[in-house]
Amino acid sequence: MGHLTQISMRQTYIINDNIITSLGFTTRENIESIRANVIGIRTTDDPLLYPRPVPLSLIDSETLEKRFNALCEQRKRPVAPDSFTRLEKLLITSMQEVVQEGGFNPYHPKTLLILSTTKGNIDLLEERYKARFNHKRLFLWELARVVQNFFGFINTPVIISNACISGVLALIISSRYIQSGLYDDVVVAGGDIVSEFVIAGFQSFQALSPDPCKPFDQNRTGLSLGEAAGTIHLSAKEPVGPSPKIILAGGATTNDANHISGPSRTGQELSLAMDRALQQAAIEASSLDYIAAHGTATAYNDEMEAKAIGLSKAEQVPVASQKGYWGHTLGAAGIIESVVAVASMRNNQLYRSAGFETQGVTVPLNILTEHRDAEVDHVLKSASGFGGCNAAVVFNKI
Amino acid sequence: MRQFITAYTLIDGFKCMVNGRLLFYQENILTFADFIKALYKQEQVNYPKFYKMDALGKLGFIASELLLRNKDFKLYPPELTGVVLSNSSSSLDTDIAHYETIRDREHYFPSPSVFVYTLPNIVIGEICIRNGIKGENAFLVSESFNSELIAGYVTDLFSRELVKGCLCGWIEVLGNRCEAFLAWVENQADVAETKPGMFNPVPFDAEHLKLLKNQNDR
Repeated sequence: MGHLTQISMRQTYIINDNIITSLGFTTRENIESIRANVIGIRTTDDPLLYPRPVPLSLIDSETLEKRFNALCEQRKRPVAPDSFTRLEKLLITSMQEVVQEGGFNPYHPKTLLILSTTKGNIDLLEERYKARFNHKRLFLWELARVVQNFFGFINTPVIISNACISGVLALIISSRYIQSGLYDDVVVAGGDIVSEFVIAGFQSFQALSPDPCKPFDQNRTGLSLGEAAGTIHLSAKEPVGPSPKIILAGGATTNDANHISGPSRTGQELSLAMDRALQQAAIEASSLDYIAAHGTATAYNDEMEAKAIGLSKAEQVPVASQKGYWGHTLGAAGIIESVVAVASMRNNQLYRSAGFETQGVTVPLNILTEHRDAEVDHVLKSASGFGGCNAAVVFNKI
Repeated sequence: MRQFITAYTLIDGFKCMVNGRLLFYQENILTFADFIKALYKQEQVNYPKFYKMDALGKLGFIASELLLRNKDFKLYPPELTGVVLSNSSSSLDTDIAHYETIRDREHYFPSPSVFVYTLPNIVIGEICIRNGIKGENAFLVSESFNSELIAGYVTDLFSRELVKGCLCGWIEVLGNRCEAFLAWVENQADVAETKPGMFNPVPFDAEHLKLLKNQNDR
């Protein structure tokens, strides 16, 4: 295991982050909304999205336009705001402050942008966008190039599109790059929009809940869709200042090898990803202070996840899913939910799992039913997705 | 420990090569659907799930099947076997098919069996199910095959001892344009134990990946 000790000398510090969801345009706004128990999922009647009313967590378009227009005007070389797609606007707006205040150069050869998305600019398939945007923008590398060029990143972005583990996987990859010395600063940005395309698809699976989703609850009836962008700056450079440092200390992926659209029956494979992440982070499951669960509120996902947590001997650890606030945000989910986990560590506060009332999984979990103060030093974030993929990361406070 | 490519599949322009030997080519084939069906039949693969897969799934499944059926790769524990794939158009081929089912509200018929394939990593799931692979998996998107990205990613998995064997490469389909390049990678020590075969292992690095993938271009 000589390699492991060598590479673990370089830590991956979490420097800064941003979240844009229905709950706000900054991490702080989102955390404040969560603390105030604001639910961003609302019944939406928009025929351009779905023929019938459906609960969705949508980002306020007017605020987005205003903020993005301001960014475009600030630039030395101005750009036309309407030459960007909705997802590009979201990603760029989410990245702006993190990149601006990160203390690194995007054009440094040891700086990398990693983009996480499941569907990218998929709305461009719609007739109404055909005249405005070249079809090339449907390719994820073209979306990445637009974002890259806005900030002037010199390296070609790495693009992860691995269903609902994309965000967690992007974080795992960034820490591997930093540990191995390939890059010193990595900006992980993830985003997905709510589109006609994904609503119709999940609806055809009968996976959408008629009410805001209720992760791990006995009466859960499926997931709610949401849109979001999130950004995390990770660095090999230790942040200055007296406040505690948070590192990404371990991470792994596994595959169920069972079914392309249904999770493992046993949860063994997600549990293996959790065990590997914990082992790399050199902590026991019993030392965890919090598990930021995937918790989509589908019958099968939450059950499988509970089994995995049990197999990893972490069923006593406080658990919450943020999806009760802002729904399933696909390629952004792993990133924005990790940002909340990091906020919990910085603020020493745990936030309740919205929508949960009655234990609804066969391995009873310690679900957070209210916000509370607690020393939060070790956190595990998990994710699972179509294609049988699982991922887990561990954050340590040092 | 160094890694070696001990087997590979290359599919390009409806021509299929395994370990450098031409396995399939028919001049009269014009569509991807005809090509993949003919290849499946010729190689006598028997896997009924194949017919349910989308184009990306079929291409990746066949490419992996032709490569792995001759290997002793099951000697590695499933948890220490990985799959790392990449392409240019993600799942756009099936995205378009799904969108066709919802474009017209008068003829609105979205189907879960199409929608599930609107993610590029489903092909990884298909390969994992077929072969019982349970280790590290990732799908990366790049404009063209990025040998440095894939070699770097997979070498790192080996150095962290997260895998002992790994399938990696490029699986791309859009309309009738298809391209597949899959390499089976394992440690030097394990290579020495494998039986003498028809393919002489080459070192696993960006340069050799690129050479093998682009051999038809020269």
